[in-house]
Amino acid sequence: MKGHIHSLQSLGTVDGPGVRAVVFTEGCPLRCVYCHNPDTWQRSENDLAEHTELAEKILRLYPYIKDGGVTFSGGEPCLEADFILEVVKILKNRGLHIAIDTCGEVYNASVERLLAEIDLVLLDIKMTDEESYKKYTGGSLQRATEFLGRLDEMGKDTWVRHVVVPGINDTAEDIERLAELVRPYRCVKRAELLPFKTLCREKYKTLGIPFALEDTPPMSESILHELQAMLDEKLSL
Amino acid sequence: MKDFAKEWENFREGAWCEGINVRDFIQKNYRPYISGAEFLCGPTDRTKRLMGALEEKLREEREKGGVVSVDTRTVSSLTSYPAAYLKREDELIVGLQTGAPLERGVNPFGGIRMARSACRAYGYELSEEIEREFFYRTTHNDGVFRVYTDSMRAMRHTGILTGLPDAYGRGRIIGDYRRVALYGVDYLIEQKKQDKVNLGKQRMTEENIRLSEELYKQISFLEKLKEMAALYGIDISRPANNAKEAIQWLYFAYLAANKEQNGAAMSLGRVGTFIDIYLERDIRRGILDEQGAQELIDQFVIKLRMIRHLRTPEYNELFGGDPMWITEAVGGMGKDGRTLVTKTAYRFLNTLYNLSPAPEPNLTVLWSNDLPEPFKRFCAKVSIDTDSIQYENDDLMRRSYGDDYAIACCVSAMKIGKQMQFFGARCNLPKVLLLALNGGREEKYDMQIGPAMPVMDDDVLDYDEVRRRLDYYMSWLAGEYVDTMNVIHFMHDKYAYEKTQLALHDTDVERLMAFGAAGLSVIADSLSAIKYASVHPIRDERGLISGFDVEGDFPKFGNDDDRVDSIAKEILDRFITELRKNPTYRGAIHTLSVLTITSNVVYGKKTGSTPDGRAAGEPFAPGANPMHNREKCGALASLNSVAKLSYDSCRDGISNTFSIVPAALGKNDEERQENLVTILDGYFAQDAHHINVNVLDRQKLVDAMENPELYPNLTIRVSGYAVNFHKLSKEQQREVISRTFHETV
Repeated sequence: MKGHIHSLQSLGTVDGPGVRAVVFTEGCPLRCVYCHNPDTWQRSENDLAEHTELAEKILRLYPYIKDGGVTFSGGEPCLEADFILEVVKILKNRGLHIAIDTCGEVYNASVERLLAEIDLVLLDIKMTDEESYKKYTGGSLQRATEFLGRLDEMGKDTWVRHVVVPGINDTAEDIERLAELVRPYRCVKRAELLPFKTLCREKYKTLGIPFALEDTPPMSESILHELQAMLDEKLSL
Repeated sequence: MKDFAKEWENFREGAWCEGINVRDFIQKNYRPYISGAEFLCGPTDRTKRLMGALEEKLREEREKGGVVSVDTRTVSSLTSYPAAYLKREDELIVGLQTGAPLERGVNPFGGIRMARSACRAYGYELSEEIEREFFYRTTHNDGVFRVYTDSMRAMRHTGILTGLPDAYGRGRIIGDYRRVALYGVDYLIEQKKQDKVNLGKQRMTEENIRLSEELYKQISFLEKLKEMAALYGIDISRPANNAKEAIQWLYFAYLAANKEQNGAAMSLGRVGTFIDIYLERDIRRGILDEQGAQELIDQFVIKLRMIRHLRTPEYNELFGGDPMWITEAVGGMGKDGRTLVTKTAYRFLNTLYNLSPAPEPNLTVLWSNDLPEPFKRFCAKVSIDTDSIQYENDDLMRRSYGDDYAIACCVSAMKIGKQMQFFGARCNLPKVLLLALNGGREEKYDMQIGPAMPVMDDDVLDYDEVRRRLDYYMSWLAGEYVDTMNVIHFMHDKYAYEKTQLALHDTDVERLMAFGAAGLSVIADSLSAIKYASVHPIRDERGLISGFDVEGDFPKFGNDDDRVDSIAKEILDRFITELRKNPTYRGAIHTLSVLTITSNVVYGKKTGSTPDGRAAGEPFAPGANPMHNREKCGALASLNSVAKLSYDSCRDGISNTFSIVPAALGKNDEERQENLVTILDGYFAQDAHHINVNVLDRQKLVDAMENPELYPNLTIRVSGYAVNFHKLSKEQQREVISRTFHETV
């Protein structure tokens, strides 16, 4: 089976537990203003990969990732759910831990089958109110929370992630709203705040896509740290 | 056996009591340590004062452009300088290399020209007396050039072979300095005398006559070693009585080697586990505590950090940053499954905290999957904090070298006291490829140096034809390379024999001849381009191919892609096979390394453009590294490509330098340590050989380049060694900064 794969990053240490291979799929239903992977938005017919080949590539990394695992990110991996499932079946034979990194915008029977096979979901809650969700990502908060509801019903381990951008969602109130939003879901084992970074500027320039946050500074690590402590406390995580 | 009852009190006896056998002594007496670093102590006030005195001198050295002073009147040798001190009242371990701290001595035995120009480079003139003395003396360098053929000179001139040890000490020889502490010098002399008597009973062939004369020299220098110690009021004729003496005896032996020889790499060996036995005995006797044990190691390391040799600017271009390669192997496992990690392994690593990070000694962790987990974690922590240590695969090397080997220079394993090496610098593989395309004509100097063939006139280079030609020229080059090495080492033995160091080897030493290859990723990517893309050669007015138009994409080394990784592997397998076809001086075993030191910059400078898209003059990647920024699949894929190179073909080591930004290694200190351990375990489990680890942000280096005074101790790992960043030339600094830093995605 073929899928749209942008790239394989062999060393990932920030997308799930331990040392992980990270697969980036192509195609995304959202257009987040702070997206750091604009090169994965569009699907390209040149980037089709065979599921066995991809699994083989990943398994070459087995000595490093045997205690960590593999994370499918993107783009939006749920758009490639059938393909990923085929890869996961092979990886699972070697006992690898599998995570997907999703925005929760896409839910269908394929996604449900995939979720059943994997160990962890990294769910990006992009914004905490419908209006800014629409404004900054083009998607819907409701669909994301419905996705979270499904995960909760399935009892699927979930890490909620939330990119904090200066001037957009970096106040204590923003984080409090996030805590309120997530609190009811017992499947959430961790909530991670990620700092907005400006490293992606070059990518936008190369792609000729205007970068909406051109003048936004990177998120201060120390403020982020404080917000994270607050969030952990509110969620008792 | 001699009566050393007092010195050897409380030691478990064994074969080591009946003849020289340091390994047996260690195995019978050491205590593995499998817990964590909690026991470690900080520096004592005495150590801080002594280190303060050294820092003062180091500042002076920096301010004077790298050299405090040169003693131009004395020829460096064991007893040619009076006893000298850094800060006598605070020194527990004594002995300086010359008459004053950090002063550089002159060692003209390798070559008087080099000594003269090194003096001039720092504003000194070699004294009349030395000039006169050496006017009538043949140096190693004189000997070599009496015999070099036109072809050897041409290969040297054009840079096909570079960094050959034909004008300075060859180095890479590790005396078993522990023998001096365990047995005392008199017993070692007795043993050598006995060897000489036994040799005399054999037929006097040329080989035996030479060896007999060498034994004479060894014995005479063991006598001098005692005299040297006596200048400090210390008698080392008998074994050491306690830990302080053991370290002092051992250091004297190492110091003597450095007074006698200015070898490019003067490794210390593997002394930690040995010293640990003495430290632990003193602790049990109640005459030493942990603070005292750490103090002795700190003070020993301060002394090691003061070793210097006088070098020329050209030498520094090849081996940037004034490295000494005082390589100390730390850790590893024993054949019986017990770890060789002791508390002293921790104590050595702890000097990077107690005395601040520094490139020397070149601490090299022998990594095994079976190392105690707390030790792995501590090593990872030290790497992340200091960027000062390197790792080599003990599980791999133990198979060939047993469990009492050490590392010469960066990556060259040898059995301590039983094997020595003929160091052979390296050959520029991409230039050999260009030579093959141009029918034996060298592309920069336009000289015919190989067998003549027509320049390839294909419109698109044909892979099979290129490979055929490359094999032919590699075979030709292998013969020339071995011959050149034979000349160099014949002359080095004759005119600059390492008397002290070889006195600390078994008399029937096994010899390795270490060849080297530079530019591996350039030649692999070039061949990959020829095979998978369309490479149009561009001929210049001389009719030589000096440029390439590449159409289409091709796989590049460093992405875990077998299509090109297999080419890199094959080139090395082929090269060592060709080398082995040529007989070596004294029956040495051919080995091969993929290591460049910092000379990847100079190699690049001397090489025309290559089919991989590298422009003429651009640096190569160091060692076995993929070319900068061609790694598109992240750090582990890059490691996997290097791990495919065969250690069986490259018994002299495969060097890989790995730089990663802290954020890419994990979210916090604990995760970073854990992840680094996982990466090292995964890499070495695939029989990879070596890795330098740097965990730092590129921006820090950029800043250090602009404001060196703010970063006097900034240490980074380059190819096989560590270096004070500020000691690199601007060109080398720029090259380091341009390398791949693995980042988060």
